[in-house]
Amino acid sequence: MNSMRLFRWLLIGEWRKHIGQALVTLLAIAIGVAMGFSIHLLNSAAFNEFSAASKSLSGQSDLLVRAKTTLMDEAIYPQLAAFEGVAVANPVLELDVAIPGKQHNRNDYKLKVIGIDMFRAAQIAPDLLGLPEEGKVMDRLADDTIFLSPAAMTWLAVKEGDHLPLQAGLQQLTLRVAGGLVRARSGQRIAVMDIGAAQWRLQHLGKLSRVELKLKDGLNHEVFKSKLSKFLGESYTIVELENQETRVANMSRAYRVNLNMLALVALFTGSFLVFSTQALSVSRRRSQFALLRVLGFARHQLLWQVVIEGIVLGVLGSLLGVLLGYVIAITVIEFFGGSLGSSFFPGIKPEIYYDAVAAWVFFAVGLTVTLLGSLVPALEAARAKPALALKSGNQNAIMKKLAIPWFAVACLFLAGILTQLPALNGLPVFGYLAIALLLIGGIALMPYWTTWFFAFISNVTKRSGINVVEFLSLARLTNAPNQASIALGGILASFSLMVAMAIMVTSFRVSVDQWLERVLPADLYVRTAAVGDQGGFDLTTQQAIAALPVFSQADFFRAQQVLFDSNRPEVMLFARPIDRSDPRNTLPINSDGHEVISLDSLAENTMPIWVSEAMVDLYDYQVGKHVVLPIGDESHDFKVVGVWRDYGRQFGAVQMQLDDYQRITGDTSVNTVALWLQSAVSQEQAIEALRQLPFGTELEISRSSDLRTISLEIFDRSFAVTYLLELVAVIIGLSGVAASFSAQMLTRMKEFGMLRHIGMKKREILMMLAAEGGLLTGLGILFGFLLGWGISLILIFIVNPQSFHWTMQIHFPLSWLLIMATLMIATAAGTALLAGRRAISGHVIQTVREDW
Amino acid sequence: MKQPCKNNKKQLVIGGLLSLLLGVMIVTGTVQSSRLLPVLPNKPLVFPKDYGAHPDFRIEWWYITGWLDTEDEKKLGFQVTFFRYQTELNIDNPSQFAAKNLIIAHLALSDPTQGRLIQSEKIAREAFDLAYSKQGNTNVKLDDWFLVRDDNGIYKVDMRTDDLGLQLSLQATQKMMLQGDQGFSRKGPKPEQASYYYSEPHLNVTGTVFRKQRSVKVNGVAWLDHEWSTAYLDTDGDGWDWTGLNLDDGSTLMMFQIRGKKGDRIWAYAALRDASGNMKFFQPDEIEFTPIRTWKSPHTEAIYPVEMRIRTGNIEWQLIPLMDDQELDSQQSTGAVYWEGAVTLMRDDKTVGRGYLELTGYAKSLTL
Repeated sequence: MNSMRLFRWLLIGEWRKHIGQALVTLLAIAIGVAMGFSIHLLNSAAFNEFSAASKSLSGQSDLLVRAKTTLMDEAIYPQLAAFEGVAVANPVLELDVAIPGKQHNRNDYKLKVIGIDMFRAAQIAPDLLGLPEEGKVMDRLADDTIFLSPAAMTWLAVKEGDHLPLQAGLQQLTLRVAGGLVRARSGQRIAVMDIGAAQWRLQHLGKLSRVELKLKDGLNHEVFKSKLSKFLGESYTIVELENQETRVANMSRAYRVNLNMLALVALFTGSFLVFSTQALSVSRRRSQFALLRVLGFARHQLLWQVVIEGIVLGVLGSLLGVLLGYVIAITVIEFFGGSLGSSFFPGIKPEIYYDAVAAWVFFAVGLTVTLLGSLVPALEAARAKPALALKSGNQNAIMKKLAIPWFAVACLFLAGILTQLPALNGLPVFGYLAIALLLIGGIALMPYWTTWFFAFISNVTKRSGINVVEFLSLARLTNAPNQASIALGGILASFSLMVAMAIMVTSFRVSVDQWLERVLPADLYVRTAAVGDQGGFDLTTQQAIAALPVFSQADFFRAQQVLFDSNRPEVMLFARPIDRSDPRNTLPINSDGHEVISLDSLAENTMPIWVSEAMVDLYDYQVGKHVVLPIGDESHDFKVVGVWRDYGRQFGAVQMQLDDYQRITGDTSVNTVALWLQSAVSQEQAIEALRQLPFGTELEISRSSDLRTISLEIFDRSFAVTYLLELVAVIIGLSGVAASFSAQMLTRMKEFGMLRHIGMKKREILMMLAAEGGLLTGLGILFGFLLGWGISLILIFIVNPQSFHWTMQIHFPLSWLLIMATLMIATAAGTALLAGRRAISGHVIQTVREDW
Repeated sequence: MKQPCKNNKKQLVIGGLLSLLLGVMIVTGTVQSSRLLPVLPNKPLVFPKDYGAHPDFRIEWWYITGWLDTEDEKKLGFQVTFFRYQTELNIDNPSQFAAKNLIIAHLALSDPTQGRLIQSEKIAREAFDLAYSKQGNTNVKLDDWFLVRDDNGIYKVDMRTDDLGLQLSLQATQKMMLQGDQGFSRKGPKPEQASYYYSEPHLNVTGTVFRKQRSVKVNGVAWLDHEWSTAYLDTDGDGWDWTGLNLDDGSTLMMFQIRGKKGDRIWAYAALRDASGNMKFFQPDEIEFTPIRTWKSPHTEAIYPVEMRIRTGNIEWQLIPLMDDQELDSQQSTGAVYWEGAVTLMRDDKTVGRGYLELTGYAKSLTL
């Protein structure tokens, strides 16, 4: 017979009989690949668009100079323009300006307004030049005009010639839309004004955001940079475009990598499903294969038979996965925008491009994983001695190869070592490796655990008396551990991952909730639609608010972004009154593992700062360290006196006393006012009193309870993808249970025939099967819980701190876990029953006769 | 040569403004702004104050043209211009960046061995001492380009780019020439269509011309015009023909005519000063520009009368261009396209002097 035909025949015969199993396997692979691929597509699209958009703002400049604070004094501009080697210096004032009427959307109510000198920008970033109406060229220089990108026009519902109201601090202004920015990227929401007009109208006289430099041809950039940085001194940073890109990449990298890891986890679960399906399929066909060998089939032909089955599954599954991933990515962009629930990439509309290289990579990963899953069963099938294999009841051999205890122990041991290693390049690579090893080791150890566990149970129950069904179930589970663990492996992998994720997300959410309570102690929070780094409230308005009789206490906050390292995103600097007697009353100080220095021990001229955990990781701001902050005119001595938990800003935040800040900067404005009500005053009365102030209508007033709700909503949105992945893991796990059991039942037809032969009733066999299924799943869940707990420890104490630089306390979502466990046990028992019913429905004589 | 096309956008922008500028000179003839001063007769110019800038007038320029001899005895023509333009915008804007005045500078070199103009231009707002036009004495700057007149009356010009540059020192050899009625120069039938205008002919030039990697010492004779106005041309004005010539015998000839849209002539002026300083003014009917030979620009397809017979009273002169293609760029860059070239002055087939001829309004259909 033609060997190809034989191959097809064997494959199709097998799959036709077990089409359900093949489909589930296929889907598992497809889902894993689709998940990874769509996450990759979405993120790279969002990232590329964001970095292209931010690049289009800087045009073809070689370097840009910015201050470490958000804005800088314009006096530096003529110096830079005249600096030796500079061909063009392009001053830019970039401000996010609030749009009146859009404030209800807290995270999306600002328009990026870029103030440019068109004559300079024309030579560096010509795309930013507005296109005025025919014959009105001078509108580009006017002090009452603004040019909007098409996306901004749509968002604001204005067109050329309309008037656009803007909110700058407590004041409103109106500008004329003089034309469009035709070269803005699709979806990019920006506006351009003349720089002089922007400084004046947006109340930033004398300020610039940055100066972009184009250098003369043939200049050595490194030499130039070192000369320039010597000239500029400490308070300025020279940023190359690559720095900027790195910064953008750094902003979202941890998030992207972690999402991809989760996709890999889905794929891993899928591969385990392949393994268990293939292993069962091989064991089911042992006699068939043995017969083929006897008939002259070569060993490698048999190997190929099984491997190619895996390849077909892998190719189909991965192909489906790539297509599905592409469709998911497009759908998500269409309906939810590109930010994937995170807010790293605001104000852009990415487009998904079919990324052929990535598609191949994900296809290859899917295929490889499938191949790995089917290689062990294939080798086993090829190695089997035909004479022995022709006899039935020998299926146990397959798992023996895997169940070498030293392998499992080595995996677990290595996992333990890996948990001790630091992050690699800012990513928790070793943490993830440890998770993978923990899973592999745990699964490989499973047969031993199973034997031991059920042997123990039967010993216990034997003494107390036991009926036949229970005895048989236990005996089966004790003595055929490998077969049990094939079924168990699937449950274990998916359940442990589910548990791990659930524990991690719950711990995180509870920690965030508690943290919010600590950081939002006041009743009301008031801010203005501040622009740039302005505080928004000057001294007069502060006094007006504090003087209101409805409040018992008013705390003022000054917050601004400060650049510590040009490769990293900005650090948030808070200045606020911090309780001198015990800073714990103001800040969520984290004293586990971090010392807290008492304020009394500080020297006269040393100012205390409290840093977030990220500052310790990223900038090595250890407690006790003396540091220099890039604020104020001269360098002042600051000492890190404590570390606080911050779930709001993974790139770092620093808190200092407001009076220290005001003394060294002379800046008395503030951004936010925290207000505590008098005991007899209701929140409505207090808000009403604030609205009565002369500037009352321009205030943004939030109740702390609302802020908490919003924050938790944002949290849940960010983890929406995680929830989705959890759900997928559950589905894969459940289908794994179903597949394993139905496959097993069919291989045990002979056993059931024999049992009925010796007088067992159908009902008793079914009960035995249900008990077996329940017990096995119960064990799987028990171990899955242990394993998942271990993994969640790695996620909470290694992956999270290493990726996002924050720590949390562990919390268990007990009820959720119980529901899932019950659901899984029920599914397992139910599947076992269903499959068993089919297995014992045949004729007694016939099933026994199979066993010659 | 202009930069290759990667800078087109920038040039379009600048060109747009430059054409706007010329547009203002032509169109705003009747528009009077209360903030800007009109040009009135019988207001004698006062020096050195009037060497400097006049920010109360809409537009002002310092325009130097001349012939240069290089060390290796080649002839070059050069043109250097600094414009100041009042935007009438940002009046109350206290920002240092407020775009109240713009400075526009233009540099062009006519080299017969190149066959066409080599030119460069810049534009910036007056701000931060990066670009300014100072009052009191001639002192204009745009980034690293400047034109300044020192206390000894010597003008210094320094304008350099990567592939073109001039560094010149210009010294007066004669007293200045007040055009029109003691510097009140009419441009049309209405009295407000006028400018304040003086010329400094026969300037003795020494300096260096920079070309790509090479520099060459030069000397020669130049002509400086300083003119400021709020309203300039009649609305019917189509363009003008202007020439300023340094004669070898020490006399000086300046003449222009303003052409109307209907092919008529709106205004004409000519003044001839002899070496001893005697001025002779000519009546419009004594002035004639007659094209002898035209040249069609391959860049814009505009047709310029590059060779002219001119008449002042009973004297017939002839203008012969140093080369035909002295067209100031194309619609791709300046937007405003005109011909500004070095010419030789002939009388009775003999060379009697050198100067510059400016022909505007011939390519207007192509201006952006």
